[in-house]
Amino acid sequence: MRWKFANNSEEYMDQGHLACPGCGGAYAMRLALKALGKNTIVVIPACCWSIIDGPFPLHSLKVPVYHTAFETAAVVASGIRASLDIKGKTDIEVLAFAGDGGTLDIGIQALSAACERNDKIIYACYDNEAYMNTGIQRSSATPYGAWTTTTPRENFKKERKKNISEIIAAHRIPYVATASIGFPDDLIIKFKKAKEVKGTAFIHIFAPCPTGWRMAPELMITISQLAVDCKVFPLYEVFDGVKYVINYQPKNIPVKEYLKLQGRFSHLTEKEIEIIQREVDYNWEILIKKVKLYD
Amino acid sequence: MKESLIYGKKKVVTGNHAVSYGVLLSKAEVIAAYPITPQTQIVELLSEFCASGLLKAKFIKVESEHSAMAACVGAAAAGCRTFTATSAHGLALMHEMLHWAVGGRLPIVLANVNRAMGPGWSVWTDQNDSLSQRDVGFVQFYCESNQEVLDTTIQAFKIAETCLIPVMLVLDAFVLSHTSEPVDIPYQDDVNKFLPPYKPKYFLDINDPRAFGGLTSPDHYYEIRYKIEEAHRKALKVSEEVDNDFYQIFGRKYGLVEAYHCEDAKLILVTSGTITGTARQVIDEERSKGKRVGLLKIRLFRPSPFSQIKEILTKAEKVAVIDRNISFGHSGIFCQEIKSILYNEIRRPMIFGFVIGLGGRDVIPEDIREIIDFTYKADYPQEMVYFRGLRI
Repeated sequence: MRWKFANNSEEYMDQGHLACPGCGGAYAMRLALKALGKNTIVVIPACCWSIIDGPFPLHSLKVPVYHTAFETAAVVASGIRASLDIKGKTDIEVLAFAGDGGTLDIGIQALSAACERNDKIIYACYDNEAYMNTGIQRSSATPYGAWTTTTPRENFKKERKKNISEIIAAHRIPYVATASIGFPDDLIIKFKKAKEVKGTAFIHIFAPCPTGWRMAPELMITISQLAVDCKVFPLYEVFDGVKYVINYQPKNIPVKEYLKLQGRFSHLTEKEIEIIQREVDYNWEILIKKVKLYD
Repeated sequence: MKESLIYGKKKVVTGNHAVSYGVLLSKAEVIAAYPITPQTQIVELLSEFCASGLLKAKFIKVESEHSAMAACVGAAAAGCRTFTATSAHGLALMHEMLHWAVGGRLPIVLANVNRAMGPGWSVWTDQNDSLSQRDVGFVQFYCESNQEVLDTTIQAFKIAETCLIPVMLVLDAFVLSHTSEPVDIPYQDDVNKFLPPYKPKYFLDINDPRAFGGLTSPDHYYEIRYKIEEAHRKALKVSEEVDNDFYQIFGRKYGLVEAYHCEDAKLILVTSGTITGTARQVIDEERSKGKRVGLLKIRLFRPSPFSQIKEILTKAEKVAVIDRNISFGHSGIFCQEIKSILYNEIRRPMIFGFVIGLGGRDVIPEDIREIIDFTYKADYPQEMVYFRGLRI
């Protein structure tokens, strides 16, 4: 398939980065920078991207990067923003690019504060649903049923995934969106919108990790499309915390088709898959109601 | 607030507000802070300065001290002069980001109002909060008066920016922070001459895109740490130069340490912070009675002014180090430092360590007199540390 934006020749990520084959996080960054362009400063907390960027003195992005502590992506971005504003450099975007652990868990406090202040930053969470850089430990983004090294198969994760987009939307920031690397043009359009927003923009990116999901790397795009088509990860936007817009109508594929491609779910019985299907359907119903609420 | 009412006047201000005026005069560009007693007044006045336009700075009202230092890290990395203030638990929460400021070679200035750590909750002064951060790599100054607080704030930015190392200035809770003293507020033009705008050599620049603080292998890390040590050694020299330059313009200087009646002293007290003022008075009294006692005030704690301390203390027979802090299971922290500095000297004094005034208990002249008498009479320090005024 030929994408309108994703295939353009503008590249701000070089070859030679240290991502695993089929890394959703690496592709997410590449696409985000295609959207944001040269005038971007990237803040990276502890996450896979601390490694992917490459070891000193090398780095793989053609934009400046500030590596910072795990829980500080949002506030370091805010600090950079303040510095740029006081110097009149308002044409430069600040992108905080964090994993799910750095966003939903340890970084949520600083992120919430940046949203409350409505600082003009773009915060992107590339969500691979566990602490992958430390070797696949469960995070609050790990979904029900998944195996990780801290939720072994005989005691798989029983809690549901934290809904970060809803939490951030509740701050009533101007722009919240979900995106998937399986829909690269949609992702790029969302980053372009985020750039225009007067205040904080939050983009939650579905970014598979073949290593941690026990999955073939070549399935990275397939699984990212299936997650959307199975309604596991719907694509939507929230404007000002209240106006919900669904960007893509899922093909309504049973969730089983998504689960069976991933070794991390291979222990699940029919009964547990049914639980997941019901949860996915219920979440979709709620989303539809939210869309209607504002219409 | 009218500018004509501030600059070039002698004003009666608290230690906290002396910091605020210092930051105003230094033209900080980004301030990030979180409220904590007894520091809060520093940032309250700064937010007034920002709101009135007197100080053209961005004030980021963060949700924690950890974020305050993180915001300063971001702002400084993007090339701005930055400031934050805190106390006790706030400083402890910042700990991780203090390392980031040092490792990132960011010239951030931090004012810490010395407050005892809980539990139990205490808002009163002791030095365990700042001394617990000894090894992160911040330069640390301990102040004795509100004038010194203001002057050290301005000096701190110059030292930080010259050496690319963050600076912490420390003042005692309440004894300085909430106590008013007459303070000369310099003219802005004079401060501009002393402290020109910050022009960073390295910053986040879209035209020269580099990664800061990335993955660093054992092939490079060691050298990068060595350079931090080099910066500290430079800061020792620079702090002295900055103090001299400051004197040329403003007519005041403090030294890295201050020797008070030490030339012929058989016994020298070592103090820091406001206990120094009390000790000065006692030294005067004891001198009038003919006792050969002196006082060494440690103003710069890190980097350690080794040579000055050696030169002054090796002339004495006995040294009594007064610590308003404790390293549990060992002794007072200044005492340990003084011992380690003097250990290799052939001629070295007997060193007595006293821990006193924890959690803000008053240290009065009588306490100092007792310490002098005790040290005079004792032949040898039988204990690693002596406690004065214990009610057990």
